Amino acid sequence: MIEVLNFGLAALILGLAVWTIVAREAPAAVVGFIVYGLLLTLVWVQLQGIDVALTEAAIGGGLTGVLLISAAVRLRSTESTARAQRPSASTRWLAAALSAAVTAALSICVLALPEPAPTLAPEVLANIAVTEVGNPITAVLLAFRAMDTLLEAIVLLFALIGVWSLAPDRAWGGRPGLLQQADPNGILAYVARVLPPIGIVAGIYIFWIGADHPGGKFQGATILAAMWLLVMMAGLADAPPISRRWLRWLLVAGPLAFIAVGVVGAVTAGAFLSYPQGYAKTLILVIEFALMPTLTLILGLMLLGAPQRGETS
Amino acid sequence: MTAGTLFGLCAAVLIGFGLYGLIVNPHPLRKILAFNVVGSGVFLLFGAIAYRGAGAGMGGDPVPQALLITGIVVAFSATALAVALLLRLFDETGSVTLSSDPPPKSGDDTGAH
Repeated sequence: MIEVLNFGLAALILGLAVWTIVAREAPAAVVGFIVYGLLLTLVWVQLQGIDVALTEAAIGGGLTGVLLISAAVRLRSTESTARAQRPSASTRWLAAALSAAVTAALSICVLALPEPAPTLAPEVLANIAVTEVGNPITAVLLAFRAMDTLLEAIVLLFALIGVWSLAPDRAWGGRPGLLQQADPNGILAYVARVLPPIGIVAGIYIFWIGADHPGGKFQGATILAAMWLLVMMAGLADAPPISRRWLRWLLVAGPLAFIAVGVVGAVTAGAFLSYPQGYAKTLILVIEFALMPTLTLILGLMLLGAPQRGETS
Repeated sequence: MTAGTLFGLCAAVLIGFGLYGLIVNPHPLRKILAFNVVGSGVFLLFGAIAYRGAGAGMGGDPVPQALLITGIVVAFSATALAVALLLRLFDETGSVTLSSDPPPKSGDDTGAH
């Protein structure tokens, strides 16, 4: 039974991927991509990666979908010129041959994977007690491979600076995104009043539960960012101007706290980002609490894009 | 066929589809979309490998799974940066063509100056 479900899921995903590639209109392709992301979430559940499933649903399908669909709508007028530039039939055949070759090579690799599969699960199990967290994924993210997570937070910050740097000169320091005007008595404004209290509780719950169960700061921060975006899209609040000092401090607070904990580890435990014995859980919590507002703001602001308006408008 | 093999092969096909779209679709936004399909295929392949590493009471190897979470978040930030570049190009020139021919003049006066 579960085999049939898996085959059906794989077929649906492949079909939606084809749709995303060949659909005539970009918005239709993006909608296909969002559904594709949601179905991938089910695949992650089948592959026993509940934490990955949560991330895929929140970021892979959700945030990326919103980002691409608003871009697709704005760029609608450019689609007809692009269609006229379709490459020649020979280019398409070459591309198809190349893609088929890549797929074939990867398939051979998948079928030739070593048996028994190499795994680090026993090592994680043997060392997880030291970190005092119950969720092995969190232990990897914030203890065994904490350096990756630190660099990831910095990558996110740099990406946001990159997005901001694309602002036209006159809008530098201003508010990102376009001014949203929604009917103050409409359904969007209503949802934007009713949903955030629930969403904020859910986001903080997923953040907090991440220490011992599937969940964590990225998934939680995405839900909080989504609630913030909903309120802004309904016109109930405006995006902050990017020149605000409090905003900039919050954006660097997470990575700075992370680096500070790393330096403390270098002094007290002998290596950057290693935790002194007995303080692992405390320091992991310090990092998570510092990263949470930073991640929420970065994810939300990245979706709004470069500043478009002055501070006052 | 185990779920690991099935979705591993599915991932290989997804990477192929995405690569084809990346080369053939002339519109930059569609290229970004196709690139995300390639990315999700790579993640899925990695996830299938993580699933094969199940052991010690865990459903999958937690180390690749944690790296996947990092990967998905970084892929989102790269996509956001690419879309921002594209929208700025559109605001400046009124078109988003990647072709080396001069862009059509129709949208030039909408540039932000």
